[in-house]
Amino acid sequence: MADTAAVSHGHGTGTGLSDNKLLMWVFLGSECLLFGGLISTYLIYRSRFADGPAPGDIFDIPFTSVSSFVLLMSSLTMVLALSALQRGDIRNNRIWLLTTALLGSLFIGGQVYEFTTFVREGLGYTTSPFSSAFFTLTGFHGVHVSLGILMLMSLLISSLRGTLTKERSETVEIVGLYWHFVDVVWIFIFTVIYLVPSPTS
Amino acid sequence: MESHEASHEGGHDHPSDRRYIQVAAILAIVTALEVGTYFVEMPGEVLIPMLMVMMVYKFFYVAAWFMHLRFDSPLFTKFFVTGLVLATIVYGIALTVFEFWHKG
Repeated sequence: MADTAAVSHGHGTGTGLSDNKLLMWVFLGSECLLFGGLISTYLIYRSRFADGPAPGDIFDIPFTSVSSFVLLMSSLTMVLALSALQRGDIRNNRIWLLTTALLGSLFIGGQVYEFTTFVREGLGYTTSPFSSAFFTLTGFHGVHVSLGILMLMSLLISSLRGTLTKERSETVEIVGLYWHFVDVVWIFIFTVIYLVPSPTS
Repeated sequence: MESHEASHEGGHDHPSDRRYIQVAAILAIVTALEVGTYFVEMPGEVLIPMLMVMMVYKFFYVAAWFMHLRFDSPLFTKFFVTGLVLATIVYGIALTVFEFWHKG
């Protein structure tokens, strides 16, 4: 256990850095390629809405703005959770982890509402190349957020069992890196997909 | 919630909770400005670069402060930026092949 803790802080590794943290950063670098492909595909197909609704006709910017704000604030609560655990404040760590998970769930709820509204208004997954690209991109992002929520709940359960201590704060930091990346991707999606003027029918 | 001064641990500073809240407030303001562009008529040649600048600003702020890149080893930054730059180049080429810059 002591060896694990030592290695997790970089002692005894080839780089002097935590291997787990390094692995997460490499993974996030690869995720840039995944989302880069999905965003590029959307940009190419956004004008191809066939007989279905066009992006400029269907996006609800005020609603999506609120969703974006919720996800942005979840990044704050995530970093506050890490900060709390790093100073040994277990109680606040749990509160902020739970708050982050709840904000993430609120964001997903907003996405589900948005998707169902779009479907009701005639924009299904196979309606047009635009719709397929849009739902694939935002769907993949939503899955990433959902997996992040599962990781947060896993951390919370560990904390409640008494196994998530100050010495293991790096675990929270690594989950935090994933969570912040998910937020960063949404920063890109919100600007490029929603705010940049879109074609209308 | 207590506000704590930056503490030294592992050779680098951890920002205080107050600092994190300040960063979040700045990000919220920039987000509000971004959303504000939706309600203001302006030509695309002005709007799009403005949105891109705000987007990149928010990205760097989250990466530097919340993801701790400004406090951690430069190696982490190199790995992340490598993926980012590679994605930008590869998909910039893809968009060029599809004539996005002319038609998009």
